[in-house]
Amino acid sequence: MSHTIQDQRPARAPKSVAPSRLTRGGLPRWAPAGIAVVSIALGCGIGAAFGLQSKIQWGLISALLFVTITYVASAVVENRRQAKDRVATSVVWVCFVLAVIPLLSLIWTTVSRGMNALDGDFLSHSMNGITSFEKGGGVYHALLGTIEQVALATAIAAPVGLLTAVYLVEYGRGSLAKAVTFFVDVMTGIPSIVAGLFILTTWNLMLGFGPSGFAGSMALSILMMPVVVRSTEEMLKLVPNELREAALALGVPKWRMILKVVLPTAIGGIATGVTLAVARIAGETAPIMLLVFGTQLINGNPFEGAQSSLPLYIWEQYKVGSEASYDRAWAAALVLIAFVMILNLVARGIARWKAPKTGR
Amino acid sequence: MAKRIDVSGLSAFYGNHKAIDDISMTVEPRSVTAFIGPSGCGKSTFLRTLNRMHEVTPGGRVEGKVLLDDENLYGPGVDPVAVRRTVGMVFQRPNPFPTMSIFDNVAAGLRLNGNFKKSQLSDIVERSLQGANLWNEVKDRLNKPGSGLSGGQQQRLCIARAIAVEPQVLLMDEPCSALDPISTLAIEDLIGELKERFTIVIVTHNMQQAARVSDRTAFFNLAAVGQPGKLVEIDDTDRIFSNPSVQATEDYISGRFG
Repeated sequence: MSHTIQDQRPARAPKSVAPSRLTRGGLPRWAPAGIAVVSIALGCGIGAAFGLQSKIQWGLISALLFVTITYVASAVVENRRQAKDRVATSVVWVCFVLAVIPLLSLIWTTVSRGMNALDGDFLSHSMNGITSFEKGGGVYHALLGTIEQVALATAIAAPVGLLTAVYLVEYGRGSLAKAVTFFVDVMTGIPSIVAGLFILTTWNLMLGFGPSGFAGSMALSILMMPVVVRSTEEMLKLVPNELREAALALGVPKWRMILKVVLPTAIGGIATGVTLAVARIAGETAPIMLLVFGTQLINGNPFEGAQSSLPLYIWEQYKVGSEASYDRAWAAALVLIAFVMILNLVARGIARWKAPKTGR
Repeated sequence: MAKRIDVSGLSAFYGNHKAIDDISMTVEPRSVTAFIGPSGCGKSTFLRTLNRMHEVTPGGRVEGKVLLDDENLYGPGVDPVAVRRTVGMVFQRPNPFPTMSIFDNVAAGLRLNGNFKKSQLSDIVERSLQGANLWNEVKDRLNKPGSGLSGGQQQRLCIARAIAVEPQVLLMDEPCSALDPISTLAIEDLIGELKERFTIVIVTHNMQQAARVSDRTAFFNLAAVGQPGKLVEIDDTDRIFSNPSVQATEDYISGRFG
């Protein structure tokens, strides 16, 4: 429709006068890609010509060339404002590539080296009766330990963290709320080994319990709690006040309003926050080493006796230093990454399933 | 079952700031009372004192009496939750619960209060949606989310939600200010029907709306910015808009304000 309207308008600007101030020269759409190809080629050429050994140097020269050529080309063809805009864009691209390379390299290394030992036997057997230099053996005891310890830690930390966040957002006024916020901040900075030592002195030395998965879970829950509180607090603050008022104006008691209106509205974000906290503690080694002790055998009872866990298993196998144990360490690392990733996917699923609906 | 509201000597505060000063008035049952006045004169604050929503704001407190058929809402031992079940409220911006379907939104008041019979629920929802003139538009998609409706439909959904709990009084805080003229007309027609069953108090910035829908009109004003708002006069709507007894009212209504 807009075409017909424009067609009916009389052409106001006479064409003979000075060129329009609104049009300008522009680089073609493929320019950024083209400049990238050229600068990578140039970077490799310079690197080879000067005999630079490090491929990192080649990459950095290419990145530098990419930004410089973009600026010059844009300044010549377009104008200085456009050139600055393109430089900002290209710097962002370079940073993105720099950030993605280590990630891809890490995933590639873990997958390629982990696949050597990873199979059904690896997932379903423990290290019982396998000496460090033999091939075979598995990660089952460590995977079981990690799942149990993380589940217990979540069972302790998630409710406490959730209720703390609800208190801070919905009820907390005055000095108590400020003190809670302050101590949550302090807890965020506790190093994991300190949390482990705290449980070691209280639970194991003062109360006299032996090493167990549960002792490790308590240390992990100390690390997890502040993360849960912080993320949940932010999510609850995002719930519009109008919804709270709407519920209160219907004559709904405050606790019920929180339970039925505020928490369901924020549940997606809360689930994501809890999963991130789980991902953070799943890779902890220090408190596990102190409190869970590590074992080569399957121990399904987290409340009694030493257990193993994936990070601890990786560390042990790597320390042995044989070909077979290196393979096992990489395979266990792959299992740990997959475990955290599956948790993330589950949380995203929950978030999408529970998110406020928008369809008509 | 509509009730009369008698307000005497009511002042409301935000912390140390006095927002409204010494207001006394009577709101008749089964009628529409409109509050008009400039922004910041305390109309909405006063409205919120009538169902104890004012104290939900941090630092909000109230002095004076509000009698609902001889029962003081601010008397000792009065449960604000019970008050809000008796005096319902519709807000300026439509605010359906985003996690709930249309059906659940209307049923929310009953479900969250916990006192209902399951068999009656769908009847009540249908009756409330019909009461809010929304039934024909949404009857085929009761399980769709309430946030997918248009603004005017959402506001009528909020009215349906408010009347589903069978309050005695319905407070409306600028219910049409975010709506187009056609949706506004729909809501004004609805107000005319609802006053058969409820006592209705409506805050509005739209003078024509006050003249169209209300039986009585109260004019609020404030002496200066930062001063507490006061009730200037309350009278039959016809008199307020034709021959008000206070000069300030006439100035405001005829646009010579200030």
